[in-house]
Amino acid sequence: MYPSNYRYTKEHEWIRIENGIGTVGITDYAQHELGDVVFVELPKAGAKLSAGQSFGTVESVKAVSEIYSPVSGEVLETNTSLANEPEKINKDPHGAAWLIKLKIANAAELNTLMDAAAYQTYISEKQKEAAH
Amino acid sequence: MTTPATAEVRKTALNLTHRRMGAKMVNFGGWDMPVEYSGIISEHVATRTAAGLFDVSHMGEIELRGPQALDLVQKVTCNNAAKLAIGQAQYSGLMTPQGTFEDDLLVHKVSDTHYFLCVNAANQDKDWEHIRRHNTFGVEVENAGVRYTQLAIQGPKALGILQPFTTVPLESIKYYRFTFGKVNGVDCLIARTGYTGEDGFEIYFAPEHSEKMWYDLLEAGQPDGLLPCGLGARNTLRLEAGMCLYGNEIDDTTTVWEANLGWICKLDKGDFLGHEVLLRQKERGSDRILVGFEMQDRLIARDGCPILAGGKQVGHVTSGSPAPFLKRNIGMAYVPRALSAVGTEIQVGIRGNQAAARVVPTPFYKRPK
Repeated sequence: MYPSNYRYTKEHEWIRIENGIGTVGITDYAQHELGDVVFVELPKAGAKLSAGQSFGTVESVKAVSEIYSPVSGEVLETNTSLANEPEKINKDPHGAAWLIKLKIANAAELNTLMDAAAYQTYISEKQKEAAH
Repeated sequence: MTTPATAEVRKTALNLTHRRMGAKMVNFGGWDMPVEYSGIISEHVATRTAAGLFDVSHMGEIELRGPQALDLVQKVTCNNAAKLAIGQAQYSGLMTPQGTFEDDLLVHKVSDTHYFLCVNAANQDKDWEHIRRHNTFGVEVENAGVRYTQLAIQGPKALGILQPFTTVPLESIKYYRFTFGKVNGVDCLIARTGYTGEDGFEIYFAPEHSEKMWYDLLEAGQPDGLLPCGLGARNTLRLEAGMCLYGNEIDDTTTVWEANLGWICKLDKGDFLGHEVLLRQKERGSDRILVGFEMQDRLIARDGCPILAGGKQVGHVTSGSPAPFLKRNIGMAYVPRALSAVGTEIQVGIRGNQAAARVVPTPFYKRPK
């Protein structure tokens, strides 16, 4: 379910690194918690983000959720297809529904993020809480 | 809606069923309730085009019995319950002495000496106390919520799905009428009422039959597209239908005139709680009024967003959401009278933006006849 080559945040974003470029999205857990996504607001290319900074919003029918950058960097590209097909976030959150691509400023920040196993543990605790 | 952290979370008889079926659960007004099953959009659309089944057992029931039951109903509510025939239901407001809403409710006339009230989940205990406080008529006032499961089956296919479960000819129950009869072998109050803008029924029965009733209805309705629905779809359905939600559009600071609910306030029926205040406000006119609006911008207005004019806040959004069937972003808001005419351009403050919206007529959605 959670790709082992991704890193994860406590706010339920993921990041995948290829050649110094990070691709960022929200996790399957996050899309499930939100429900049907109907609107996505993303930054413009060129925006400079620091780790933990809010860079946009994902809205479902019932809720608005801010999205935070897992690491610092410059926005190279945003997923413009989500403007017309926001429901892709529910269908393929770890793939086609990536949100932004970042030029990573400081690769050491990646070490502060969770790997897939740690993230799995993190969300199963959350699910236990929800089940009382 | 907020709940004291110390309060015990309340559960309907179907709580485990919802969890077993994989519903997403939330705390709603102190109740652990399903917010969605397959998704708000699919549940909403199913209810508009086929049918939806809702567990609304969190709603409260208060029963009034005695020779002067009508006198008590007339004193605490603003609509004219004397007009009700036996087997008829009426939307009304439970009034504070200030003419504001203690709650909104459905008043069912069971007999000349018995009225059955359906009230909001989070309000049932305070409503019961409120009614007892004003009971100078020796009426028996029962807080009966624990004795009932309430299921709502709503949508164009609701009647066809429910009919095989009962010998009561459902077509003979007119809108806002009810009767008693067996459904799936269980004694029920069967009412042709709802909170979705669709045709449909609300049935009230003893909680021990809940699980069987729930599963049998779902199974029978499956070929027609019946879906189990949560409170998420219930909220978007009622908003499209332009119906008020207690805690959002109405509360103990708002009046019928402000909420555009003048049609449920019958000042000529005689005295009732808040009568004087409501009479004066009707003559003077209220400063603010509830309107429906549609976003012109792509942004989605949400509950509590400010309404702006000339950069200043002049009102607020009471309910704002995407409308899953109409596929527009809609909402209701209190605005000054000068901004309330249909077609008026208004601004909604959304995350620091001034987003354009336009006042439109309500209901946003009207079912085809």
